[in-house]
Amino acid sequence: MELLYDERIDGEIADVDKSALMAAILAVAPQLTLLDREEDLRPFECDGLSAYRVLPMLVAMPATLAEVEALMRVCYEHAVPVVTRGAGTGLSGGALPLEKGVLLVMSRFNKILSVDADARIARVQPGVRNLAISEAAAPYGLYYAPDPSSQIACSIGGNVAENAGGVHCLKYGLTVHNVLSVDIVTIEGERMTLGGESLDTPGYDLLALFMGSEGMLGVITEVTVRLLPKPEVAKVLMACFDDVELAGKAVGDIIAAGCIPGGLEMMDNLAIRAAEDFIHAGYPVEAQAILLCELDGVEADVQADCERVRDLLEAAGATQIQLARDDAERQLFWAGRKAAFPAVGRMSPDYYCIDGTIPRRELPRVLKGINDLSAHYGLRVANVFHAGDGNLHPLILFDANQPGELEATEALGGKILELCVEAGGSITGEHGVGREKLNQMCTQFAADEITLFHAVKSAFDERRLLNPGKNIPTLARCAEFGAMHVHHGELPHPELPRF
Amino acid sequence: MTHLQDQQPAYTAPGEAGPDAPVAPATGSDDSEALCEQVTRAHAERATLRIVGGDTKAFYGRRVDTTQSLSTTGHHGIVHYDPVELVATARAGTRLRDLERALADNGQRLAFEPPYFGDDATVGGMVAAGLSGPRRPWVGAVRDFVLGVRVITSEGKLLRFGGEVMKNVAGYDLSRLMVGAQGTLGVLTEVSFKVLPLPQASACLRLELPLPDALDRLAAWGREPLPITGAAHDGEALHIRLEGGEGSVSATRQRLGGELDEPLFWSQLRELRLPFFDGAFANAADRTLWRLSLPALARTPALDGDWLIDWGGAQRWLQSPTGSGAEGHHDIAIREAAIAAGGHATRITPVDDENSPFTPLPPVLAKYHRQLKQRLDPQGIFNPGRLYADW
Repeated sequence: MELLYDERIDGEIADVDKSALMAAILAVAPQLTLLDREEDLRPFECDGLSAYRVLPMLVAMPATLAEVEALMRVCYEHAVPVVTRGAGTGLSGGALPLEKGVLLVMSRFNKILSVDADARIARVQPGVRNLAISEAAAPYGLYYAPDPSSQIACSIGGNVAENAGGVHCLKYGLTVHNVLSVDIVTIEGERMTLGGESLDTPGYDLLALFMGSEGMLGVITEVTVRLLPKPEVAKVLMACFDDVELAGKAVGDIIAAGCIPGGLEMMDNLAIRAAEDFIHAGYPVEAQAILLCELDGVEADVQADCERVRDLLEAAGATQIQLARDDAERQLFWAGRKAAFPAVGRMSPDYYCIDGTIPRRELPRVLKGINDLSAHYGLRVANVFHAGDGNLHPLILFDANQPGELEATEALGGKILELCVEAGGSITGEHGVGREKLNQMCTQFAADEITLFHAVKSAFDERRLLNPGKNIPTLARCAEFGAMHVHHGELPHPELPRF
Repeated sequence: MTHLQDQQPAYTAPGEAGPDAPVAPATGSDDSEALCEQVTRAHAERATLRIVGGDTKAFYGRRVDTTQSLSTTGHHGIVHYDPVELVATARAGTRLRDLERALADNGQRLAFEPPYFGDDATVGGMVAAGLSGPRRPWVGAVRDFVLGVRVITSEGKLLRFGGEVMKNVAGYDLSRLMVGAQGTLGVLTEVSFKVLPLPQASACLRLELPLPDALDRLAAWGREPLPITGAAHDGEALHIRLEGGEGSVSATRQRLGGELDEPLFWSQLRELRLPFFDGAFANAADRTLWRLSLPALARTPALDGDWLIDWGGAQRWLQSPTGSGAEGHHDIAIREAAIAAGGHATRITPVDDENSPFTPLPPVLAKYHRQLKQRLDPQGIFNPGRLYADW
């Protein structure tokens, strides 16, 4: 249970009398909805990383900005930690509650405040769902580009907190590239706006700093996003390979030819079979790998790009290349990919999703490494891959009811992430560190780097009240659980005792 | 005092003109140990450092009064460039020209079109200044293409944040925080960029249109997926640049009409060398050059002077006749008008040693800026007062 908050190594949290705290909050925000009975707290005990559950001390569901400010001031005065939660779809436990903390649920901030078609921006509250923004923009021929696979349910506030990605990142960017400004309430209850409707603002780029900061620096209360005109046309090519390595090389060939596809996804045999069995997308189940390459833009360009990419895929050794005949078939090709996680879920009682990134050239080596690790731990791994931008999602199949399998899965997942770091990559491309990957942070970063992260944190939240125990590990945790990060030939944390 | 005009050699459009000389093998020179030592010494001696690359953008900020300067120019070279990965990593002292040539040799570029303001411009200075060219509204700014940095902290430690991968959300995004921080948070020693392929086709157009009509048309065109990567209005005509596939560029060219224009316009605009800017860098007492960053469709503020509109309306240059070196009533009026229009104003010239060219921050933001500076550079070693006088 090393993932649950451990005051011994994650930092002490003050004991607070719950009724006194509730009274103090209600004294300044009498209308604020507070939940404290166990049956009311239960639905909030976990986010998308459902293997880990903690009941919060209190759940607060503000409906106004004034309530958020009042709540923060009281929590600040009483030194009570605040964990902010959006839609609760996060996969890294970033919104895992604290038993001595308040869970701030932003779901009532669910209004689209304005869509300005001429300026191509939308102002929305943080609880608005990702897909709802594109739906509101659709009548104007516009959409919001980042499309995490949970986009039906996930909220824009959570997207900002995690710097969410999706299948179209290589061409259209992550959340950080598509947000113009956010309104923040600080832990001390002050309001500030980062960014603006102009393309830059004076001072530091705090907007970029807050992207992906996992609720550790402030509470997001409003978001202004950039909208893009919908591409005139999108076409999808599916290419099959009898060798994963050849598929990986084909990805590089497409990009080297000066082509930036709207989406470029890869699945290995296990993932293909799972998806085909579930969705019947027409995937060839005997292929060792398939590539889905979406080309979008203006009709004339897309036509030309399709021909170029088809030639490249053929030259790269594809055994079969298929262009989706119409939009229905294009949707079907994507449906198989987008349902890959639940499809794998049908093959196994449980599965665990990894989110490492690597330079694309390292793909063959890393895939081989994953295969070897999979054999070593005796656990099957299905690979789904945002190939265009080097983001791997190995899915480990396991059965939590078999003694030791969850632990073996965690160990295998940790090894895969270490392999990514060793290949020059990162432990998380889009799911965030949260609680889940705290220990692996010690692999990716040296003690001095982690110390600088803490310095940034203290500039905005000196008392460590915003989402403590997430994103950045303490050095004590790294000393106890972290793998040995060898940096410039030195062991990490030489100042700390080894156990 | 820096006179920008003196520093500008006859050098144009590195990205567009293509390489005119082969790039030397990018071995370069690793000076990071000496740089760390200098910072460590400064930290121990409680000295202050002015961080300098090619010194081409000294005009863009307050003068830094320090006991020493720290030069990054000995730390240069392209460390790693793999066109297939769309990633290039260069040391801070690498000349921007050398990096852009190496990219052009491989049919790629820095898509954000950074201004040089002089042939000696370095990669580190470009990132620290955080300035982007005419393509910015359509493809993104410097910070959008920075994937990772190596940076020397105020204690002289060389740390690495981000990396060479497209997606990375581990820890806080300190790489992007460094962009535009002008060296006040640390010394950049190495930067990794996402690079993009050169477009297959491009065309430059000129359409005679008054500004309000031009902004209306841009708003309408902006709702369609047109391959526009530049839109500027010089008072008489709307200049449009198209970049993309052969098919879309030629179809859009037909549709928008107008006459064909020289690509040179865009590099001159990027370098502030169009006739509009003539004399702006002479630091004459009777004229001030302002940059207003506004929502693209904002109504032009009622201010005296001549306007040149870039970024499809989001960046507006104002040659104001009545400015003076110190912040007078007129300067305050310009800042207030920019804020009222939803943006901010930066005074570019004349260079003023005392007053910050940047718009003052609102109190809460200013507090967190000070605290961040305090945490990352407690002794105030790096470029003190460069952005604002009190930190």
